[in-house]
Amino acid sequence: MSTRTENAIAFSPRRIAAMVLRYWYLLRSSWPRLLDLIYWPLVQMITWGFIQVYVMQNAGFFARAGGTLIGALLLWDILFRGQLGFSIAFLEEMWSRNIGNLMMSPLRPFEFIIALMVMSIVRLAVGAIPVSLLAIAFFGFNLYGLGLALVAFFLNLMLTSWAVGIFVSGLVLRNGLGAENFAWSIMFVFMPLACVYYPVTTLPVWLQPAAWILPPTYVFEGMRALLINHVFRADLMVEALGLNLVLFALGVMGFLTLLKSARRHGSLMQTGE
Amino acid sequence: MPAAPAIKVERLVKIYKKMPAVDGISFSIAPGSITGLLGGNGAGKTTTIAMLMGLLMPTSGRVTVLGAEMPRQRYRVLHRMNFESPYVDMPMRLTIRQNLTVFGMLYGVPDVRGRIAELAETLDLTDLLDRPTGKLSAGQKTRVSLAKSLINSPELLLLDEPTASLDPDTADWVRAWLERYCRERGATVLLASHNMIEVERLCARVIIMKQGRIEDDDTPERLLARYGRGTLEEVFLDVARRRDEPREAAQ
Repeated sequence: MSTRTENAIAFSPRRIAAMVLRYWYLLRSSWPRLLDLIYWPLVQMITWGFIQVYVMQNAGFFARAGGTLIGALLLWDILFRGQLGFSIAFLEEMWSRNIGNLMMSPLRPFEFIIALMVMSIVRLAVGAIPVSLLAIAFFGFNLYGLGLALVAFFLNLMLTSWAVGIFVSGLVLRNGLGAENFAWSIMFVFMPLACVYYPVTTLPVWLQPAAWILPPTYVFEGMRALLINHVFRADLMVEALGLNLVLFALGVMGFLTLLKSARRHGSLMQTGE
Repeated sequence: MPAAPAIKVERLVKIYKKMPAVDGISFSIAPGSITGLLGGNGAGKTTTIAMLMGLLMPTSGRVTVLGAEMPRQRYRVLHRMNFESPYVDMPMRLTIRQNLTVFGMLYGVPDVRGRIAELAETLDLTDLLDRPTGKLSAGQKTRVSLAKSLINSPELLLLDEPTASLDPDTADWVRAWLERYCRERGATVLLASHNMIEVERLCARVIIMKQGRIEDDDTPERLLARYGRGTLEEVFLDVARRRDEPREAAQ
């Protein structure tokens, strides 16, 4: 086997860099795309920030639990924007009818996935960093004050967002742009069950086991424990990580199965609706 | 000993919901040759090419490309082949240079910048390199697609209607350039086209498909002689209407 062939079989960081570069070129060339990254997080942060200010002035408990609403909002945005950043980068290929070029190039599925993961972090950073700084300026809420806990929250939320993003990309590959809506809405399935704005104990007892299946539940519970009781629940983070690894593996398996099915049914040749 | 075929297709079948799109075809293509794949709409040309690229899984049969079994071993050879098709586009907002840089990196081209300059010079794209791909004319876009398909100096090139939206002068220039590329690189080309003049000029061999099957397979000269026709277009029409006649009569 020639060296060139061997190289082609191996994992290639250069191909991942090529894809990241492709999305970076696109972001750089389009101010509406850049604006979109910051617009909603900013609007949401301001709205929920003022709600938080209002309840803190009128409720003793929330006065003690300062920052839980805005903290939940910022963490929810990491989860939601992380998945959206992954899925939109993927959808760009479908919208531009470029997916055939990529699927017939030496780019491996897992290299493609890694490039999308990198881009979801880049897109999230463009939106979330300025908004988190504005949260300090407007409402005195310093997300970075969470310290190392923030790293654990971020890692777990990103893993969930990628797992969901990978699976949704598989759905779009297999079913065409008709499945695009999943990319925009699937994360909202998590919202009531993951207990973003309220503790798990708020849910009916029979529904609580379902909430504990979802890794983000542990993160939001952990955030409340930190902000209200000033305790970092490492046990919750470890459990979330375990569930996330399972979810991520399921997402990748789902993607590969759907990709195989797309190859069988000819969906990769018809990337429209 | 004769060289191993660049493409070997054995009893290839693709069935979509009980409808055969490709129905048991077999053929081999010698390395360094230019072969035309002719057929009307729905004849199975694009499906065949997709299976050659590993984009589509056959229902049954076997495809070997540059010694690798497709789609199972496709990553062993995808960097040695490339394609051009009107069914795919390149990202419109990216400039030609950006698009070619991305594909150059994907295909593992060692000196991407140099290769882009070389292709731009050859395909007359130098002045357009920093223009967004979406702002090009149809002819310019076709040249960019060709540049992408040649970025890795492929040993095997699969072309689907490569001159479809070009004016006659540019189309003629592209054909001449393709001929030269294949001669100098020793590349194998499989060309799906409706343009009979193009096929007659470029191809040493023509495979005619109809309803998923190979209806004829020979050199252009022998096809013309056998059908007693002056042009490939007349041969194509003879083949296309041959089996339809009894069906039409019955109707």
